[in-house]
Order: sequence, then structure tokens, then C-alpha cells
Amino acid sequence: MATLEIKDLHASVVTDEGTKEILAGVNLTIRSGETHAIMGPNGSGKSTLSYAIAGHPRYRVTSGEVLLDGENVLEMGVDERARAGLFLAMQYPVEVPGVSMSNFLRSAATAVRGEAPKLRHWVKEVKDEMGKLDIAGEFADRSVNEGFSGGEKKRHEILQLSLLKPKFAILDETDSGLDVDALHVVSKGVNEFRENNDAGIMLITHYSRILKHVEPDYVHVFAEGRIVESGGKELADDLEENGYMKFTGQAEPAKA
Amino acid sequence: MTATGVEEDHSGAGSASGTDDNVATAVEAAVPAASRGERFTGFDVEAFEVPGGREENWRFTPMKRLRGLHDGSAVADGKAVVDVDGPEEITVETVDRADGRLGQAGVPSDRVAAQAFSSFTHATVVTAPGDTKLGKPATVRVTGPGEGRTAYGHVQIRVEPFGEAAVVLDHVGSGTVADNVEFVVGDGAKLTVVSVQDWADDAVHVSEQHLALGRDATLKHTVVTLGGDLVRVSPTARFGDSGGDVEMLGLYFADAGQHQEHRLFVDHARPHCKSNVLYKGALQGDGAHTVWIGDVLIRAAAEATDTFELNRNLVLTEGGRADSVPNLEIETGEIEGAGHASATGRFDDEQLFYLQSRGIAEDQARRLVVRAFFHEILMKIDVPEVRERLEASIEAELEAVNA
Ligand SMILES: Nc1ncnc2c1ncn2[C@@H]1O[C@H](COP(=O)(O)OP(=O)(O)O)[C@@H](O)[C@H]1O
Ligand SMILES: [Mg+2]
Repeated sequence: MATLEIKDLHASVVTDEGTKEILAGVNLTIRSGETHAIMGPNGSGKSTLSYAIAGHPRYRVTSGEVLLDGENVLEMGVDERARAGLFLAMQYPVEVPGVSMSNFLRSAATAVRGEAPKLRHWVKEVKDEMGKLDIAGEFADRSVNEGFSGGEKKRHEILQLSLLKPKFAILDETDSGLDVDALHVVSKGVNEFRENNDAGIMLITHYSRILKHVEPDYVHVFAEGRIVESGGKELADDLEENGYMKFTGQAEPAKA
Repeated sequence: MTATGVEEDHSGAGSASGTDDNVATAVEAAVPAASRGERFTGFDVEAFEVPGGREENWRFTPMKRLRGLHDGSAVADGKAVVDVDGPEEITVETVDRADGRLGQAGVPSDRVAAQAFSSFTHATVVTAPGDTKLGKPATVRVTGPGEGRTAYGHVQIRVEPFGEAAVVLDHVGSGTVADNVEFVVGDGAKLTVVSVQDWADDAVHVSEQHLALGRDATLKHTVVTLGGDLVRVSPTARFGDSGGDVEMLGLYFADAGQHQEHRLFVDHARPHCKSNVLYKGALQGDGAHTVWIGDVLIRAAAEATDTFELNRNLVLTEGGRADSVPNLEIETGEIEGAGHASATGRFDDEQLFYLQSRGIAEDQARRLVVRAFFHEILMKIDVPEVRERLEASIEAELEAVNA
């Protein structure tokens, strides 16, 4: 049983023009086995929250805490956080030309597991997981994310999730840009991860459609850098009906 | 993307060039004022004008750091010692300037090379016999004259017709060295060369390497530049007859303050010859500067030529500059294929973050990227001892940036 606690988190983005406060006091506790949906309009700071937790250098935490089983995550390096059990499926996964997917996956698994996986098991494990996500075998030899379509990138994020088996996974708009079939495949991947691991999930989304496939235990509405409302699944239905209007004052639909 | 190329996409491979926005770099392929084939060449240094630094040939080189090699003020006050170690089939001779073979592979094409040709006192000639395949590579080690001293040198490597040889040309030590290195590859002969510039930090080395291929000759010429304060290597390949095949590979790794320049010229004047150029460089640290010039000329007589050249650079940290200038001139339409590509990319914070966010530590992430980048070239170095040594050197370079 693990706990991820986000306490009064304030963070700014560092740009050429200076720093701008984005997160205005986020409070959220996620326990193993729980799925928390974070829903919010564009620009509300959802990605900033995920990057701040993962330790992206462009985002500076100005106050507050992030604790993983009581350990201060904010004092850890980016790679340490991952090894401690955090995983971020990015909204825009990064291309790393020249480094093959297979080399990358193995390096990551070795780092996170603390030892190199036995080659024979590893090859089978990767092959099985790729198969489940409908990823063709040739992708293993391609450069990390290079020239991948949006949907292919998202599938590879979930592939990493299934191989790295974190304690807590933040999925940042993993559903965005997916067609119906891809959404099914990706949702299945997330559900399987949930079933086989006692992990906590922060499922960030703009639209409610993924929540029909990946059922959340809690739904939080995110606006202007913080959680403005929390509830159960019914909150997502409300958002789907009525949009973000009553939380943000702007008529932005939560339905595609 | 910057469109480049003078005469690109004639048939087949085509041309591409790309550069990340935020990398100090230049990828250009301006139409040169004159054809590369018309550049002045000569053995006598006095026949060359003293370059000022603006000339096409010198515009990227920090002239002040040449220590007078270009203007006659660098007086030879030391010796670059040449040691040859190799299989017993080879012949090693120390000859004087009068030896008629010297200069056979090519004529100096810049003032420093001409200065070296006009100034050396003795040359080393290494000959691999014909119709024989050497069992192991020969090593020719050139040791610099020592810090504060200057030396001019000359080395010629010959492979007699239908012979097969591998030679490692190893440059180590300190000082200022200008030289000409000739490779005379006889008809039907095969030569593999790895020229390693593993100089001490103070060294300045300006070298013209003349590659002369006979009929159906094969030459794999690899240049590896790691050390030195300023290293400028200019390999020129010429075909004496048809059927020649030259592969020119390069790997360079520039640290803070280092200037590494590679100027290639492939002169296709005979039909049915092939050239393939692949140079890759990494840069790290403030003031690291690399220059790659790839001139390929396909003359009217060079029908059925097949050529491709590629330069890629990886800028690992802020403050490095990679210049890359491919230039393809084609004077006949009857070719097999011709193309060039050049790209400079940056190992950026986003890539580092992505790899780290998967648990991979920073130094390992950097290594992963650099190893992958150089892998293609290292795999082509078919002298295992050298390949292993280079892998170790690259790891050491990476240690330096993480220190
Ligand atoms: N790298 C950045 N540079 C400049 N502004 C940024 C950057 N990242 C985020 N922002 C700004 O921060 C706010 C929140 O962005 P983000 O966290 O991406 O929101 P969301 O993921 O909810 O769409 C937006 O106003 C956005 O413009
Ligand atoms: Mg976002």
C-alpha cells in the first residue's frame, strides 16, 4: 500500500520572458489501487502539475510538497523519482533520434528494476506487451518516438507503463488524438495495468470519453491551477452534459 | 529545414539538410566562386599566397592558432618521430626528399601542406607487397615534437597491385605539426586506413592526406579526431583509372575550446568509380568548434559515378558550434547516383528529461545518445583493437563532461 500526497503545491513555468505562476495550491492524495481522473479545460495547468511532479526543469515548485510514502519527491532528481516508482505518460512524448526503442526500453527497465532483466525473459515480455498494444515488432528497431504518429507515441507510453510497473502513474491526456480503435487498445492497456498491479493512477483528461473505458474512483475538476471540485463518476457525467462553464465561467465542452 | 545543394537530386539518393533551431551552426552549400577542381595546387610553398583567413579554404580556421604554419614564421625546431610496427611482409624505408615516389598521390592544395612539403627533411615510406593479404594491421605512430616545438613531416603508404593491407596511423604527443600523408593504392589493391588524431591538448596539427586509387582499387579511409587544440585534416581522393571505390569515414569529438576541421575533396575524373562519405561529430563544452567541408566534383569524363556524402553533428551542450558545408558539383548527366545530406542536432533538455523520467541517470542518458550516434561508424572500423580503443576514448570524453 503506497500513498502519493500532493500538498498545497504551487509551481511556475520558467520562460524567456520570466516566470509565471501556474499551479495555485494543489491538494490531492492518491492511494494504491485508486484511479483519480483530473478533468480541466485547456491551459488550466494539468500538464504543469504532471511535469512538476516528474521534475521537469522548466517548471519550478515555489511552495508545497509532494510525498511518496512520506518521502519528499521534490528533493529527488528526475531519474530518482522514476526509480522511486513514479511514471509520467506524457501528453507529447519526446523524440530521441538514434536511440532504438529496444535499447531505450531495456535501459529504462534496468534502471527501474535495479538490475538488467534476463535477456530471454525480457524479449518475450516486450514482445507480449507490444502485441497487446497492437505495436508492430519493427518498432523495436526504430528511434524512440521518431516519426511516430500521435497514436503510436501514446501506445508506446502505455507500453512503458506496462513494462516499468510504477507505484503511481500519471497519464497526461493519453486519450487525446486517439481514434476509436486506438482508444480501445490504450484503455485496455491501462485497465490491464490496473488489474495486475496495485498502483495508483492520475488520469488527466480534457474529455470524458476515456472514462467510459477506464472507470475512475474519483473525479476532480481542475481550473486555474488547482482542484475546484471533487466527486465521484457522476461529476464526469455532469461535465459531459454541461461543460466546464460553472467551474471556469467559460463555456468549454468536456465532450468531444 | 534549409535547402542546400548546388547540383542535387540528379538521380537517386538526393539531398537533405536539417538543423535544429537553437543550435549554433551553419549548414550551407553556397555556389563557390570557382569550381573546386580549379583550386591552385603546388609543391612549392612560395607559389602560394599567404592566406589572410577570408579565403574559402581558410574561412573557418582560427588563423592565429596556426602558430605561423601558414605564413612561413613557424620554423622547424623539432622532429615528429615516426615508428612503424607491422607484419614482416611490409617494407619500411626512410628516404630523403629526392625520392621520386614522393608526391605521387597528390599535390598540396593549401599553403600549409605546401610548407610541409617544402620543409620536411626525411619521409617514411611503408610498402605492403602485391598479391599478398597482410595478416595483421600495421601501425604507423607519429609522435609530435613536444610542447612549443614545430615539425614538418611526410609519410607515404603504398599497397602494390592486388595487395591487401590495413594501416593504423596514430598521432600522439605534443607540439605543432604540418604534414602530407600519401596513400598509393595500386591496381586491384585494397587498403583500410584509420588515422587517429589522439594528440595532447596543446597540439596543432594540419595535415593533407592524399588518397590515390588505381584501377579497381578499394580504399576505406577513416579519420578519427579526438585530441589537440587545433586539428585540420584535409583528405583528397583521386582515381587514377576506372573501377575505384573509396569509402571515407570520420568520427570527431570536440571538447571545450577545441577546433576540429575536416575538409574532404573527392575528385571524380574517371568513369565507374564510387565514393561514399560519412562523417559524424559530437561537440561538448564552451567554444568547441567543428568544421566539415565535403567537396565532391564529378567531372565530365566521370560517367557512371556513384557518390553519396553525409555529415551529421550532435551538439551535446551549449556553447558548441558545428559548421557543415556539403558541395556537390556535377559536370556530366551520365551518373549512377549522387547525393549529399547534412544535419546538426542537439541533445536537448527535453530528450534528457524524457530518458531520465524513465529512471535512466543523466550520464547514462548522455552515453546512450552518443553511443547510438557513433555506433554506425564504429561498426565500420574493421580493426578491432582500434574500435575498442575508440569506444573507450568516447566513454572517457563523456566522463569529462559529467565531471
Ligand atoms: N513551457 C511553457 N512556456 C510557456 N507557457 C507555458 C508553458 N507550459 C505551460 N504554460 C502555460 O501554463 C498554462 C498551463 O498550461 P498546461 O499546464 O499545459 O495546461 P493544460 O495541460 O491544462 O492544458 C497555460 O497558460 C500555458 O500557456
Ligand atoms: Mg496538457
